[in-house]
Formats: sequence, C-alpha cells, structure tokens
Amino acid sequence: MWLPDPVRQPAAAILEAAGARGISEQVSTTPILRLESLHRAFGAVVALDGVSLEIGRGEVFGIIGRSGAGKSTLIRTINALEKIDSGRVVVDGEDLTLLNEAGLNRVRRKIGMIFQHFNLLAMKTVFENVELPLKLAGQDRLSRAQRVERLLELVGLRDKAGTYPSKLSGGQKQRVGIARALASGPSLLLSDEATSALDPETTLSILRLLKDLKETLGVTIVLITHEMSVIREICDRVAVLDHGRIVEQGTVWQVFGHPRTDLARRLLRNVRPPLPQSLQREISPHPIPAGRTLLRIGSMEHDQYGTVLARLTADPRWHARVVHAEVDQIAGHPVGTLTFSVAYRGEPALQELLAAIASESGEIEVLGHVNG
Amino acid sequence: MSMDDLGLFATALGETAVMVGASGALSLALGLPLGLLLVITDNEGVRPHPAVNRALGAIVNAFRSTPFIILLVALIPFTRFVVGTSIGTTAAIVPLTIAATPYYARVAEMSLREVDRGLIEALRSMGATRFQIVREALVPEALPGLVSGFTVTLVTLIGASAMAGAVGAGGLGDLAIRYGYQRFETGIMAGVILILIVIVTGIQVVGDQIARRLNRRH
Repeated sequence: MWLPDPVRQPAAAILEAAGARGISEQVSTTPILRLESLHRAFGAVVALDGVSLEIGRGEVFGIIGRSGAGKSTLIRTINALEKIDSGRVVVDGEDLTLLNEAGLNRVRRKIGMIFQHFNLLAMKTVFENVELPLKLAGQDRLSRAQRVERLLELVGLRDKAGTYPSKLSGGQKQRVGIARALASGPSLLLSDEATSALDPETTLSILRLLKDLKETLGVTIVLITHEMSVIREICDRVAVLDHGRIVEQGTVWQVFGHPRTDLARRLLRNVRPPLPQSLQREISPHPIPAGRTLLRIGSMEHDQYGTVLARLTADPRWHARVVHAEVDQIAGHPVGTLTFSVAYRGEPALQELLAAIASESGEIEVLGHVNG
Repeated sequence: MSMDDLGLFATALGETAVMVGASGALSLALGLPLGLLLVITDNEGVRPHPAVNRALGAIVNAFRSTPFIILLVALIPFTRFVVGTSIGTTAAIVPLTIAATPYYARVAEMSLREVDRGLIEALRSMGATRFQIVREALVPEALPGLVSGFTVTLVTLIGASAMAGAVGAGGLGDLAIRYGYQRFETGIMAGVILILIVIVTGIQVVGDQIARRLNRRH
C-alpha cells in the first residue's frame, strides 16, 4: 500500500492500546453534527445565510465553494471558534449555543481540527506538539508519552519525535497536525483546507491517510476545500456552498454525475481530463463549415457508454470519433466521461443531437469547433 | 592610573551593576505581565477589553514620553515613600524601574503580537483555556523576541543609570561626569567609555546568543 511498513498496522489496534475509547463501536443513528439555519454576518457582509446540514457518524463530508463563499466561517462554527448570530449547532446531541466557555472547551476537546497552514508551534518539538492536547486536558506525563508515540506511529513519523516543525516538509507537518488533532481521541475531525498548501502528490498521501483513519478509527470527518479533486478522493457526501448558502447537496457520485447548479459544474470542470494539446490550440468557439464539433459528456453512469456510442454510430452522418474516454471511481461508483467529435451539420441538427443525448445521459457540453 | 583610581572604577562598576541588575529584574517582572495584558486585552486578543487596553496604553505612553532625567526628579517624593530615601543607589532603582517597565512592556508587546494568530486558533480548537493559551503558545512562541527585547532594555538601562548620578546614586556615569568632566581627568573619562562599550557589547552578544539558541524557526 502507500505507507511505509510500520504504519500499516491497524490504526484502531494502535490507539486502543493507548487507551482510546472505541468511538467506532458506539454506532448510533443520531447524527454527530446538526447545523440548523446558521446565520452569521460581519457588518454588511453576510458570511452564512441560513445553512442547515446533518452529518452522520463515520461520514466524510465535504463542503466546497469558492473563496469568500463562507466555508471558513462555516467550519469554525462547528467548534464555536466562530460565533453565530442565529441558528443552532448540535454536536453529538449537545447544543453549543447553550454552553458557556468552559462547556465549549469540553466539547472542543472531542473535536480535532487541522489547518491549511498546519498551525504547529514552532518552539515545540513534534512530540510536544502532539502531546499538547493531552497536556491541556491534564493527562499525566506517562500516559501522554505512550499515546504520543502511538499517534506518531499512526501517521508514520515515529522517527521525528524530537524534531522541530521547521525541519519538516509540508506533508510531514500536516501529518503532525493530524496526529495532534487525533490526540484526544475525537469523534469528529474538522479539516480546514488541509491540503491546499501541499503539492498534488503530498495532497494525495494526506487524503489517503485521512481516509485510512476514517476507516480504522471510525472518526467522522468534515472538510472544506475549493478543490473538487479533494472531494472526489475521500468524501462520501458533498455540499456546495455559495454566498453563505448551500446550493447543492448529495452523495459525491450523484453531484459529480448530475450537477444541478452552474457553480458545481464550474467546480467540476477542473477535475475533468484536459483536451489534448493539439486540439486545445485549434479549438474555436464558432462553428466551422465542414468542420467538426467537440462535445463532452461530463459524467455518466458507465453503463450508459453503450447507449451513447450506439446512438452516435447508428447515424453515419455524424462521423463520430472518440477523443477521450475514461471511467473513474468516485466514492466507489464508476462514473464515465466521454469526449468525442461529430461532423458539424448546422446548428439545428447539432441542437437535436444534444437534446437526444442529454435526455439519456444527462449533462453534455459543447467544447468548441475544430477543422475537419 | 593609581590604586585609588581602580577603587573608584570598582565602586562605580558595582553601583551600576546593582542599579541595572535590580531595575532590569524588576522591569522584566513587571513589564512582561504588562505587555501580556496589552496584547490579551487588545480587540483581536485572547480576552478583548477595550477600556482596560486603552487605560494601560495611556499609562505606558505617559511614562514613555517623559524624559528620564525629568522622571528621576519628578519621582523623588514617590521614591522617598517607597525606599525611605531619595538619594543613593537604592533610591535610583525606583525611577529606573518605572522608566524601564513601560519600555519593556512595549517591546514585549511587539514580540507577542508577532505570534501567528493561527496558533492561538489551534490552541482554542483544542479546548485550551485563556491561561493555557498564554502559557503554552503566546509566551513560548514569542520567547526569542522577548529575550532580544530584554537585551535592548538592559542596554537602555545602562544609559539611563548614568543620569542617576543626579540623585547621588553613583555608578559609571557619575564617575565620568565628576572626575572625567569636572576635574578634567581624561584618563578616567576614557576608562569609563571603554568599560561601557565592553559591558554593552557583552550584554548584546550574550542576549543575541540566547535568543538565537532559543529560536527553533530555522
């Protein structure tokens, strides 16, 4: 697999030995998190405009949106780092709006958080950083040391205990951040753009670590991101946030397969395979007589491939050619993309074809026109 | 230079050391909490309190804007109240401390303000109390800056202590004025300047060393 050998030990076993409560075992139907019509404004700027969400135990829930959509504010209301003007935040059955500072601190100790810029203490070693939540909670030195050792093992940084964060790479820093967030055995992990400062390869390894932790520890993960690829990699469900409102919500494969809003479609564009360079150069937004039209079906159930291809080849006038085809696994569901070109036979004929395909396989877009 | 002269230097050096040492320790003990309060009660602080923040800021500014030589004289009644006399080395410690405390408070405030807000947020997310945030993040993360700031404060104190001769506190500055200037003993004047250069350089080098060794950011 993807981690060095020592890390491949079952995480749950490692942490149970350290005295963690078996969070994954307390299966319950009550949601771990319920947000009820949250409102928050900063002066005239409305950051949250009636957000309601319910997140179940063991889920990986993604919240995506552009910068300024209110993502950061939203995730900070979950551990009450950010106040709300009205609404309710219910974590594990407890209404945060009814708690005083001491009560909030008690709840915060059950919620881990990781950050875009890691937020590690520069003057503390890796060990001391991970130990900190346990120290704050008043655990004794010996049990702290045992647990930190296991946490570092879990994230593959056992040999870095005495190192200071400035000597670590970005990916290693985030692993320390994750170990620290998990130190107090939280049932909920909040991730605030945790991979946005990392290169694609490191991003992938961090996301896989999170996925692994979710599976072995049963921790619920709520993450915010502006990258659809992050959602695709680990989320079960996704909500699209725009101007402080949730404009779209559903399982990841549903939203990827049938995005209902323009915003979701735009966000999805970046995770689609790019066109070959040669095509990108000569593509034109205007129809070319006797040329060809490039079309893309963004995402479809992969058994629709047959239907679409059959339709295209049944009518030889189209001279259909496949440019790119791919079936991707999104949250365990095969979702296909198909890029192809057809002979341009005038606008009415093209519209007719688009309508026919759209009725069968959902979303189709015209990428542009090229010379025959 | 005679044995008498050496004795003069030794006495003066001892007096300066007592004045700077005592007022340095006191201004650290009083200035650091004051600097912390300024940061904590700030609008963006851990425990915002605009009224307290403004009041503390005003007091600090008032003392910082009074030249030391004036402060020295103006504080005579207060000094007499605190130590029973307004003359001598011990008496000079009072105005020196009162001048250096707001100075170090500002210097400490600057270092504390530079602690990344993300760290404070991380601590809050762990359920840290305000006291824990100060103890585990604010002070340790600002430590190299706090040490550098204290070094600067000590050097400033050495300069200020030279004026304390005006209230009969003795010290190296007093020696230079009375013997070097008023009696035209150029050798003593040169000796004092040399000793001051050595002391200030020494303090600066040691302070920089400690700050560098404490800093884990590189």
